[in-house]
Amino acid sequence: MERRGAPVTAYTKIDDKKIRIKSSIYEPDFVIVMDQSLIKAVNVVAGLKDGGKVLVNTTKPPGELGFEPDITIYAVDATGIAINNRLGSKAAPIVNSAILGGFVKMSGIVSLDSLIESVKKNVPVKQEENAQAARDAYEGVV
Amino acid sequence: MVKMVISGNSASAYGSKLARAEVIAAYPITPQTSIIEKIASLVANGEFETQFVKVESEHSAMAACISASLTGARTYTASSSHGLLLMHEMLIWASGARTPVVMSNINRANGPPWSVWADQHDTMAQRDTGWMQIYCESNQEVLDSILMAYKVGESRDIMLPSMIIEDAFILSHTVEPVDMPDQSAVDDFLPAYDPEMKLDVDDPHGFGSLVMPEWYMEFRYKIAEAMDKTRDKLRDVQKDFESRFGRSYGGLMEFYECEDAEAVLVISGSVASTAKEVVDRMRSAGKKVGLARLRYFRPFPVDEVRWLAKNVNCIGIVDRSYCFGHGGPMAAEIYGALMPVADKPIVKNFIAGLGGRDLTPEVLERLYENMLAIRSGGVDMEIEWVDVKDGRGG
Repeated sequence: MERRGAPVTAYTKIDDKKIRIKSSIYEPDFVIVMDQSLIKAVNVVAGLKDGGKVLVNTTKPPGELGFEPDITIYAVDATGIAINNRLGSKAAPIVNSAILGGFVKMSGIVSLDSLIESVKKNVPVKQEENAQAARDAYEGVV
Repeated sequence: MVKMVISGNSASAYGSKLARAEVIAAYPITPQTSIIEKIASLVANGEFETQFVKVESEHSAMAACISASLTGARTYTASSSHGLLLMHEMLIWASGARTPVVMSNINRANGPPWSVWADQHDTMAQRDTGWMQIYCESNQEVLDSILMAYKVGESRDIMLPSMIIEDAFILSHTVEPVDMPDQSAVDDFLPAYDPEMKLDVDDPHGFGSLVMPEWYMEFRYKIAEAMDKTRDKLRDVQKDFESRFGRSYGGLMEFYECEDAEAVLVISGSVASTAKEVVDRMRSAGKKVGLARLRYFRPFPVDEVRWLAKNVNCIGIVDRSYCFGHGGPMAAEIYGALMPVADKPIVKNFIAGLGGRDLTPEVLERLYENMLAIRSGGVDMEIEWVDVKDGRGG
């Protein structure tokens, strides 16, 4: 918390059963890249499963991001959407709700309605703006 | 009761709130900081009535907790790694002064080289401070252990401090579902702290005074006696907790599939959770392996280790820290406890996961396979540094 903004890798595991394995994920079904500059810093598709999908926060179309053609890439301008919905500042926009909208569209693991309900319940401030950002990103994924 | 999806750090903050800690003095350090941030926001929002004291160092944090505890207040703090090391002098004071302070410590490697990731060296280095040490496997266990630690430590025949320990990031920053008990149920389980003696301006007493050589040993003996009593006490408290809240954690050492095991690994902390999955996988492939999860390092589970040695003749100890010039700290203690056992098991010490190196199911399965091979073929090496890039092992 002392160094907000440093690049980090985080993992999410989803299961109906209790999750007991507490190690990192090496073969993801999905990868979310929160900032396109990270594509040059690390191999974000390392270990991606066959049929896996990648979502990138970028203004570029998926084909211009430099990935191999056999990898399924989705792109969404989560930064622009966050700024439009006045989440965070222009210099440091808060893209979390927007990127979740894009992820729900890409993965289909939950409905948009379920995401909107969760955002409104769990985001501490600007619930409507966050919900709108999720909706905009859901619609805006290419 | 409500279910919340929260981090280990958040579970720690809520644990202190449910226990109604009256004085909290703390200083931030990665990855413990969000405990302090969460408590600060609960206090600022008016959800948590406590004296929250911002101090200038961890040494001061513990000094403040000790002083507050001596006045009869329930106290809480949290630290990690170098913060805990700076507290060392005051940790010894806390047990000597018989103050049942409860603290959370996030297990983080010591520098240099600098690291913020999981490693048990910080707490293992506090072995002789007179604190109970509880190594947790889940965020639920973190919260529940705080409540139980006050109950054990504040018993008038115990009066000793406790350290609730969680792995950096793997528990501290990972969100999991946690059952949040009702405040009224916690209040019934854990009444207000009521010490026999306390600092009182109307009834002055001296605490921590000089004693001459003819009495110092007796004070130390009283601590030793009390620490020995904690074994039965914490088993009773866990039974009481289970009857009220429906959750149990297995006393000082939890045995998982050990009864008929041909090889067992002793593991503490969150890695034990991964190991349970590995045990199930290997058992379904017909391999009889088990896990002994060391929950308490102090008091040490001497009887449990001896029971294990009577049932299993091949025991590997996975230490996530190293005692330079000797071996893994858990292994050293286990070997000591095995001395009076007639038929000694085959033992091996693995040093693994230092500085946050990931301990995956594949790594653990390899250690189990190694132990099964040793059982018939003999010990290949006494201490193996698992997957170390230079030197022995791997």
